[in-house]
Amino acid sequence: METLIQQILNGLVIGSVYALIALGYTMVYGILGLINFAHGDVLMVGALTALQTMLFLMGFAPGMSPVVMLTIALAVAIPVCMMIGFTMERLAYRRLRNAPRLAPLITAIGMSFLLQTVAMIIWGRNYHTFPQLISTTPMQPIEGVFVTPVQLTIIGVSALIMIGLMLLVNKTRIGRAMRATAENHRVASLMGVDTNAVIAFTFVIGAALAAVAGVMFASNYGIAHYGMGFMPGLKAFTAAVLGGIGNLGGAMLGGITLGLVESLGAGYIEHLTFGFLNSSYQDIFAFIILGLVLIFKPTGLLGERVSDRA
Amino acid sequence: MNELVAAVPWLGKRNPMAARWLLIILAIAAPFIAMQFGRSWVRILDFALLYMMLALGLNLVVGFAGLLDLGYIAFYAVGAYTFAFLASPHFGIHLPFWMVLPLGAAFAAVAGIMLGFPVLRLRGDYLAIVTLGFGEIIRIFMLNLNYPVNITNGPQGINMIDPIVLFGWDLSRNLQVTEEISIHSLYLYYYLFLACVIGSIIFIQRLQISRVGRAWAAMRDDELAAKAIGINTRNMKLLAFSLGATFGGVAGCLFGAFQGFVSPESFSLMESIAVLTMVVFGGMGNIAGAIVGAFVLALLPEILRDVAIPLQQTLFGKVILDPEVLRMLLLSLAMILMMLLRPAGLIPARARYAHPENLHRGGAAK
Amino acid sequence: MKKTVVALAVMGFGITGVYAQDMVVKIGNVAPLTGTISHLGKDNENGARLAIEEANARGVTLGGKKVKFELIGEDDQADPRTGTTVAQRLVDAGVKAVVGHLNSGTTIPASRIYDQGGVPMISPSATNPKLTQQGYKGVFRTIANDVQQGSVLGKFMVSELGAKKIAIIDDRTAYGQGLADETDKAAKASGAQIVAREFTNDKATDFNAILTKIRAANPDVIFFGGMDAQAGPMMRQVKQLGITAKFVTGDGGCSPEMIKLAGDAISSNVYCSMAGVPLDKMPGGVDFRERYKKRFNADVQIYSPYAFDAANAFITAMQKADSAEPAKYLPELKKVNFPGVTGTVAFDDKGDIKEGAVTLYQFKNGDWAAM
Repeated sequence: METLIQQILNGLVIGSVYALIALGYTMVYGILGLINFAHGDVLMVGALTALQTMLFLMGFAPGMSPVVMLTIALAVAIPVCMMIGFTMERLAYRRLRNAPRLAPLITAIGMSFLLQTVAMIIWGRNYHTFPQLISTTPMQPIEGVFVTPVQLTIIGVSALIMIGLMLLVNKTRIGRAMRATAENHRVASLMGVDTNAVIAFTFVIGAALAAVAGVMFASNYGIAHYGMGFMPGLKAFTAAVLGGIGNLGGAMLGGITLGLVESLGAGYIEHLTFGFLNSSYQDIFAFIILGLVLIFKPTGLLGERVSDRA
Repeated sequence: MNELVAAVPWLGKRNPMAARWLLIILAIAAPFIAMQFGRSWVRILDFALLYMMLALGLNLVVGFAGLLDLGYIAFYAVGAYTFAFLASPHFGIHLPFWMVLPLGAAFAAVAGIMLGFPVLRLRGDYLAIVTLGFGEIIRIFMLNLNYPVNITNGPQGINMIDPIVLFGWDLSRNLQVTEEISIHSLYLYYYLFLACVIGSIIFIQRLQISRVGRAWAAMRDDELAAKAIGINTRNMKLLAFSLGATFGGVAGCLFGAFQGFVSPESFSLMESIAVLTMVVFGGMGNIAGAIVGAFVLALLPEILRDVAIPLQQTLFGKVILDPEVLRMLLLSLAMILMMLLRPAGLIPARARYAHPENLHRGGAAK
Repeated sequence: MKKTVVALAVMGFGITGVYAQDMVVKIGNVAPLTGTISHLGKDNENGARLAIEEANARGVTLGGKKVKFELIGEDDQADPRTGTTVAQRLVDAGVKAVVGHLNSGTTIPASRIYDQGGVPMISPSATNPKLTQQGYKGVFRTIANDVQQGSVLGKFMVSELGAKKIAIIDDRTAYGQGLADETDKAAKASGAQIVAREFTNDKATDFNAILTKIRAANPDVIFFGGMDAQAGPMMRQVKQLGITAKFVTGDGGCSPEMIKLAGDAISSNVYCSMAGVPLDKMPGGVDFRERYKKRFNADVQIYSPYAFDAANAFITAMQKADSAEPAKYLPELKKVNFPGVTGTVAFDDKGDIKEGAVTLYQFKNGDWAAM
């Protein structure tokens, strides 16, 4: 029994990480219809910038409290990522808004390579240890079920960010502009919405989310590396599509679902298939679930609810 | 061919006939020119031809039929593994090349239909992610089917695959013409691959102007309208997937035989992305685009290997960045700049059968 | 392969500006220098480079001429296809010897190209037994293969650690799977029971699901066949899930990087194995780490000592044969026998390292201590 609970908990944690990344993906997709392949790499830059800041702070003021240090690190990483997001949009994606469908996708892949290479030049090829400032000492809420404070923080942060984004999109002026732009660029601009600014804003927010996700990801696993963004980026993209891309609630739901499927799949697939398949097939499991969901609901679990798109 | 001819800079429009002969001569002489820079360039050309076949096949799916496929490399894997199963010591089966090749193509086509059926209703990015998943599923099966029964030999891959033998003529050995003159195996493979690419071009060219090609174009530009005028979009989609897959399967067979070793590492998602990049880079929806895109992107990284160090030495007087880092840097910049400057690719598709302008994104435009 | 030495010397002249009477001997090195294991690839290249630079500083004369060794480093991106392309490049460039490649998956197809081109190769890190079973004459390795290492590990877990129930994880790479399978066999042969066989991949960072499953099987020892970049985070998650089993890994996890990445989760319950003997047991190996650090301003990762030994094996054989021509020095290479930094370097008739010693290490006082 505690194994099952533990697996569900594992799924929730990894799912929250996916959700956190997927929120950024889905924001950009919702407004532009662009799969921003470089999103995972912005996450990597966020994590490595935060790492650099922490190392600096540790040398500069060794006795600083972890919470303050983490806050400062985030305060540096978020603007850096925002700048990258803004630059990418301004220099590349904006020019391609009316280009053939796949041109922005290839540009995004190019961006992803570029960010990785630059990060490799700056931070080297080695894996770095990421200071685990939030405690990773396991607690046992139930006998035999272990959870660490950093895992709880991740679940909390993604829930908070999702609620924050929902409020931003649905209750604020800029949110209304975002929804209008998502619905129809041209009409929105006719109505006096500065669509360029709105799109740039969305990118910047997406990048800021990536920075937060990067720091959370690195804190949880304790490592950072120039290639760390690719896999979580891909998984998060899968999660976003699973939930219904462009839909904030969908990103969250998709992320959690994917996390649970992976973790329960790895844990129980062997029993379910009488030992024929094993945990090496956990990714297959995730993709099959995705395929099934999309076959029966071609626009994802929650669908592209246009009114809610951001 | 006509598209390729027209794409020849300067000469193509002025004197198509001369341009045509120039292309033919270049294609035949290419390995000899490459040889001046070393045998590795002949090898790179061989691989470039394989990539051309892949790009041509993917172009059928993405460019002609408008179905975004991010898992195309799976068919390449199916072809390569078919060859490895049926012509290697792994199972002790050594079927001749001419028997395995159609089988590889057929299996790949079946895989294409297997992918096609479930995704008939999906569009755009949903299709992209499911095809991506399909590619990964195939790769993961290749990686793990060594247990409980050893089928694919797992991550270790299959080694000592038979070379291509045509009419008792082993392509992996140098051909001894006379005592002194021998033709190196790499050339033999080059001309075999070239023949396959030319065959593919002719086939696709005929296909493009056929009923099927026109149906695909209609479906790509507006699926609803295509349905309304009586095109069976389901069959057309399945046909696109399976025909595209066939090219991948054939290229995979050739790859397995040429390399003599297959392992799941060769069929990663990055390879799918690389082939897609070739198609888009060259110009989607036309044959010349796929050819040129594959040629440029297969050669560019290799050329960058050579220029990375001298370039830095002339510019800065010393080597600042490692050559491999600079190579990645320039490659990524090339991808970005190319798309910014020529969003429709190096050779944009011409009108009549291809309308890239109708592929504009954004619901607003429609 | 009969390119004249003069032509090579002239080519080298333009770039490096050596004296015309110096003979340039090019030695190739191939490893993934971009991608997820590029840190290990660069480490290999550095190991070979150090050996070559030291030989140049020492001054080597072949056939009465002073020789300058030059390292040509190529990046195979851990991709088999790129591996064959760069192998052909090296053959074209007229290298006399190749140290590489890193992965078994790239080394096996590349070995065919080297064989055709008549260039001998020594892999410092490819452990797949098949590499040396292909019947090629010029293929060697300076590291123990999976079978040699796996059998030691399997026995060690049962007889030294007293394991009755063992859980095995591998990373589904040719290396991880090969080592895990051999360890699995050896452990079973020694009488232990494999209670769980789990899998991950070489890009993963989250192992909670499989570790939870392993926890339910309650093993005495967990064995992981894979690299440090996964083993480090895995250690942390082992601790976070409250698993108290001992943790054993192969050479892929036997690095300073592993200690760094595992952070405070690593304890004296963690063991690893390395081919060869500990660096400080060998003359010349004692200060290898310092020399390396001084030259490259980086720490030794895993395989650079083996790459160092591989390059030195070539240089030694060339000196014995008094020639850098593969045809001449190859017979000497087969007979080579000298103390390297990882042990005595001598090859058996297939090309595997003869001694094949495997040393086990335990984590103690912040570092790996040989047992």
